[in-house]
Amino acid sequence: MLPTPDTSHVSFDTIYEPSEDSYLFLDTLSSASESKWLSERFPKNQEASPLVVEVGTGSGVVLAFTAAQSQQIFGRRDVLTLGTDVNRNACIATRKTATTAIQAEQQPSPQSVHISSLTADLCTPLRPGSVDVLLFNPPYVPTEDLPRLPSAAENDPAVSEAMSRSAKFDNDSYFLSLTYAGGADGMETTDRLLDAIPGVLSVRGVAYVLLCKQNRPDQVMERIRGWDGWQVETAGSSGMQAGWEKLVIVRIWRKDSLR
Amino acid sequence: MKVITANFVTCAVKECKTSPASFPLHFNDAELEQQELDFQPEFIRNVLPRIDWEALRTISNELGFPTLPDSKPEGEALDNEQTLKDLHRLLLETHVTEGKLTCGNCGHSYMIKEGIANFLLPSHLGEEYHLFLNNIIPHALFTQIASQIDTPGLGTGF
Repeated sequence: MLPTPDTSHVSFDTIYEPSEDSYLFLDTLSSASESKWLSERFPKNQEASPLVVEVGTGSGVVLAFTAAQSQQIFGRRDVLTLGTDVNRNACIATRKTATTAIQAEQQPSPQSVHISSLTADLCTPLRPGSVDVLLFNPPYVPTEDLPRLPSAAENDPAVSEAMSRSAKFDNDSYFLSLTYAGGADGMETTDRLLDAIPGVLSVRGVAYVLLCKQNRPDQVMERIRGWDGWQVETAGSSGMQAGWEKLVIVRIWRKDSLR
Repeated sequence: MKVITANFVTCAVKECKTSPASFPLHFNDAELEQQELDFQPEFIRNVLPRIDWEALRTISNELGFPTLPDSKPEGEALDNEQTLKDLHRLLLETHVTEGKLTCGNCGHSYMIKEGIANFLLPSHLGEEYHLFLNNIIPHALFTQIASQIDTPGLGTGF
């Protein structure tokens, strides 16, 4: 088994701790079938370096694994990674998790390069058509309300440092709620990400999105099949519950004929 | 953030995406740091096809680097180790630790602190703006808040 990136430097006050869903991502991307698919999609010496973007990186465990195991996953090491998260603390954590994992796993060079972690809502700052591989482990738990997005000011380190203990507790709970609360059917944030996929993915682009049973994966996949020129398939799954997969990861990509 | 990041980002405001003026974002007051990384010629060769050369020339000038050639190196120029080393240094070894990225279309600036750029929008520019405006904040209060924020473009419609 390929090693899980070290996240011992991460404080889980406001950041999601790697869990079953994170590990399903690691196992899926490094599975024989997915790595074969990705290596064929981005053949070394024929295709330019892929840009791998994770949206909502949290601790950075998934993106760091993808960077550090790029040889196993893509059959090449010249991979660029970029992460986004609405929580600035998660961006700082991800940068460290990724650079540490690359250092630990890719000696000597060539090494994959983590180019940056950006505080952002989903992929809103990314240039249209620039992302080759998009990874998303969403806040997928159905909840009555969807927490609002934080503002730029709420991520200012000076603001949180000046907080009282109780204000900090409320603030931490709010940021943690952003890591799991998905609103109606747990799909409100995922729906916004799905809407952004055709715009942000490159012509060779592919997205991996995790869904839980309550998200009704069959219906989501049916909807994506209705997009003109797109395909979707289950790439990984785990945790049988009453005969149903509890978590699935779907692969969404442009049909080859359009490349 | 490494300088190469600027090749992949644009303004987070939806309306700016279609404007050519929103790419590249412009660096202001940038503080730079060099972090050594093993020189990997093959990597630079494989990354180059992804680079918008005109945008990189603009960025390179804004950051005070020597002017890049008029056109992207290709063919034999890719065997020139010095060219590749210069690009390696600019794209992968140079980090922007502090400063701003500004959109040439709407004028909004994104702050970079300790190497992390913040692309979250103030509520009057983001998706929640209209919801905020129409449903949550009474008009009088909103006007009061708006008058305290000094940002171009906010005044329209009030």
